[in-house]
Amino acid sequence: MNADLVLFWVPAAIAVFSTALVITRKNASRALVYLVISLLAVAVVFFVLGAPFAAALEVVVYAGAIVVLFLFVVMMLNLGRSSVLREGGWLRPNMWVLPGILAFVLLIVMFHVFAGTQAKTAGTEVPPSAVGRALFGPYLLAVELAGFLLLAALVGAYHLGRRYLEERRAVVEGTGEGVDAGGDGGR
Amino acid sequence: MAISIPVEHVLYLAALLFLLGLVGVLVRRNVIFLLMSLEVMMNAAGLAFVAAGAKWGQPDGQIMFMFILALAAAEVAVALGLVLQLSRRFETLDVDAADELSG
Repeated sequence: MNADLVLFWVPAAIAVFSTALVITRKNASRALVYLVISLLAVAVVFFVLGAPFAAALEVVVYAGAIVVLFLFVVMMLNLGRSSVLREGGWLRPNMWVLPGILAFVLLIVMFHVFAGTQAKTAGTEVPPSAVGRALFGPYLLAVELAGFLLLAALVGAYHLGRRYLEERRAVVEGTGEGVDAGGDGGR
Repeated sequence: MAISIPVEHVLYLAALLFLLGLVGVLVRRNVIFLLMSLEVMMNAAGLAFVAAGAKWGQPDGQIMFMFILALAAAEVAVALGLVLQLSRRFETLDVDAADELSG
């Protein structure tokens, strides 16, 4: 009972800690690394709760796709600066040592989950097959609506981004002066 | 044996994460950080859904999490397009630069 709670609270503490680091960083790309760690920790929590499909989606879509979108925009807006200096800054150890340690602790927790007994998930595990059957049974209409939403987002993002890209091309061909952004624009 | 985690503990975690995201939205003015805090808040809501689904052993919680995921993906795609427009028009990522409604 007690060891089980440790299995839950270790990734939970990592999630809270790295989320607190996300909202206090000044450098956007550094905050994104901690955001990835936070999402991975929540994925481990999902796994411990007996929701392996949600855990996989959390890693693939959140940490894999959405954060990469953020990263694209941050890198795009950084084009105007002297990029060599910034590349050097990204490779410094304080960029990746603490996220690496947190991710390693999450890996240890995952090993403990796998090394445990067969049914080492909370109460009742909901397998992906049950999720899929419910998704394309009673929730079919909602799936269609989600498809509409994603299509609308695709068209909207293309419309918003295209004008930026045209402007950007003009700027690059003209003065070569980029847009200064990406760091801490706040206060 | 099965792990027995009280659902209250998971809800505490979801509330903590949501609170951290809310603090991020209120404190930061850089639009990239605002969007990241929004993601954290939606992720916390999805965690509450998954916890409820795990408590009753039903797939509905995970399905709601997937819809939140699709919503977050759509939102972040459009919002990052808006970020590009913001940085183009105001040469900054401070949301307070765009606090007037004049075209």
